[in-house]
Amino acid sequence: MTAVVLVRSPLRRATDAVVDVFTSPKSGPVMVTAVLFIAMYLAAGSLYKGFFSGQVFLNLLIDNAYLVVLAVGMTFVILTGGIDLSVGSVVALSTMIAATLLRDGWSPLVVIPLILVATSLLGLAVGLMIHVFKVQPFIASLAAMFLARGLCYIISNTSITIDQPFFVAMATLRIPLGGRLSITPSVIVAILVVVIAVWVLQYTRFGRTTYAIGGGEQSGMLMGLPVARTKVLVYVISGFCSGVAGVLFSFYTLSGYPLTTIGTELDAIAAVVIGGTLLTGGYGFVLGSVLGVLVLGVIQTIITFQGTLSSWWTKIFIGALLLVFIILQKVLTSRRT
Amino acid sequence: MSGFFTRALSNRLFWPVVMLVALLVVNAVAVPGFFSITINADGHLFGSLIDILRNGAPTLIIAVGMTLVIATRGIDLSVGAICAIAGAVACSIILDSPDPGGLWTVTVAVATALALSLVLGLWNGFLVAVLGIQPIIATLVLMTAGRGIAMLITEGQILTVESAPFKFLGSGFIVGIPVAVIIGAVLFSLAALLTRRTALGLLIESVGINPEASRQAGVRARGLLFTVYGFCALAAGIAGLILTANQTAADANNTGLFIELDAILAVVIGGTSLNGGRYSLVGTLVGALVIQTLVTTVYTVGIPPIATMVFKAAVVTAVCLLQSPTTNAAFARWRDKLAAGRRVPAEAVAK
Repeated sequence: MTAVVLVRSPLRRATDAVVDVFTSPKSGPVMVTAVLFIAMYLAAGSLYKGFFSGQVFLNLLIDNAYLVVLAVGMTFVILTGGIDLSVGSVVALSTMIAATLLRDGWSPLVVIPLILVATSLLGLAVGLMIHVFKVQPFIASLAAMFLARGLCYIISNTSITIDQPFFVAMATLRIPLGGRLSITPSVIVAILVVVIAVWVLQYTRFGRTTYAIGGGEQSGMLMGLPVARTKVLVYVISGFCSGVAGVLFSFYTLSGYPLTTIGTELDAIAAVVIGGTLLTGGYGFVLGSVLGVLVLGVIQTIITFQGTLSSWWTKIFIGALLLVFIILQKVLTSRRT
Repeated sequence: MSGFFTRALSNRLFWPVVMLVALLVVNAVAVPGFFSITINADGHLFGSLIDILRNGAPTLIIAVGMTLVIATRGIDLSVGAICAIAGAVACSIILDSPDPGGLWTVTVAVATALALSLVLGLWNGFLVAVLGIQPIIATLVLMTAGRGIAMLITEGQILTVESAPFKFLGSGFIVGIPVAVIIGAVLFSLAALLTRRTALGLLIESVGINPEASRQAGVRARGLLFTVYGFCALAAGIAGLILTANQTAADANNTGLFIELDAILAVVIGGTSLNGGRYSLVGTLVGALVIQTLVTTVYTVGIPPIATMVFKAAVVTAVCLLQSPTTNAAFARWRDKLAAGRRVPAEAVAK
């Protein structure tokens, strides 16, 4: 009798621990996303020939490197309970700046830092509007979105090709990983951004303040946390990440086009939400957002492999998935409170 | 005079109206006959002002619905997608019918499109009111999936229709006034009468201030949320039909693209706070007119139309900053200082 209890109780404790991990608002959604990602990947792999090739997985990273960087920046903003609608147009603006300046013979050593400074400044402007003038994040970043998209059209109405040697090299260079696998430099940049973001959010004061603002701005203020600075800074980070993503995107497409990445902000927000970050702020992980991007990428890849599905199914799938995740989050968080 | 000025300045419609007047003045200076409205041979009204009203009608129609949604502290991002779906449904029904020009065909097409819009709105309402999902993310689902659904209906094609009664919706005239303007005016008046001449508006505002408290006070918050999201989607459907009829083609990708942003801007420029709890339909009307006049101004003044978005950004930023509590506080301090400065010499004169 006692033996049975002894045998069962660690097992019970283990299942309880698993249930706990899955139902906590902090890690639950991330775990569900991870399970879903693996399930989708395995299902697709068993359905389509060649899906399990390592390069197909690496292509997920190669094709979505810029989106990973965007989602990282968006995670910071959403963790504070804000939102940044401007990222898609800022990516487009970055590609336009890169394309025109490179065409005029500027050095990439000047152009890339210039883009990063410009997009960070735009993020700063958004942050200041939100914090100092109490404009809602939605509206402030919407204004930035219009501004950036409008500037794209002003720079040029048509697509500009980039043929600068460094950019071409970054676009064509493949870093071999052994076997016949390879990645692009953009993937390394994206991974670097993710690693830095994880470190900042988990191990620095700034990171903890970011979570605290999402948990309750007033409490954060009463605790003496630098709320004002942090709140502005997350938009600067988002702007900076958009700049990085823009540079990566121009490596990827080797052109500047004013109509590019329309609606990418929605992909980034969807990735963050699917990755388990609560839109009200306070809960979430950068690695969750990376998983979110991978889920979106797998959907795209499945639709490509299927071949008969039209592209609009991507949108419907993403919408449906988004729905599943927000309902899931709702269920998980309501159980706790 | 100073008292009047202070009162006007503290009115939340002050800056939007100033903006509208400024834009109209710019136009009047740039184009001599800007304010003239003529009646052409067909008895239709023509003129720049009529154009502003006609082109601004779809945005206004959606913005009216959006105002009520925002008053409940919600937001509806899916209206652009609903525009596309409504247009796609109507056009595909008209194309599939044996009699595309028939009045009955068009009536069925319009009714089906509007019914579907209403269903989509109730779906949004369900997510917000029953499941308690944040409005911005609840409607993001339909915003993302909606254009996919519209493309599913049109099978990725741009559906061009030749149907006189349908075209009438977009570019027709009744007693000289464009149909779109009449629809906009009717919808606006209806919303204004229903919410401001009854307690409905007050109840909507109370849900926006505190849904739980209003529920406990006996307000049926859930039903109200269903109503406002349903109404907003219905308005979006109407706007989508006008836009589609105007182009005589349903384009799943581009019909109503960014119109949700314009509508939200119109509401915000009109002084309705995104925090809900109070709204001004007249403000929304002014906001929608500001946006459309801005677009017209860009054309008439000769700025390249591609720069429109930059100007939109500038106007949004200006209005938001002027309406911000921080700026108001600064204005108040400045007024106090002026008043204090004036009082001293006045007392000196009295002596």
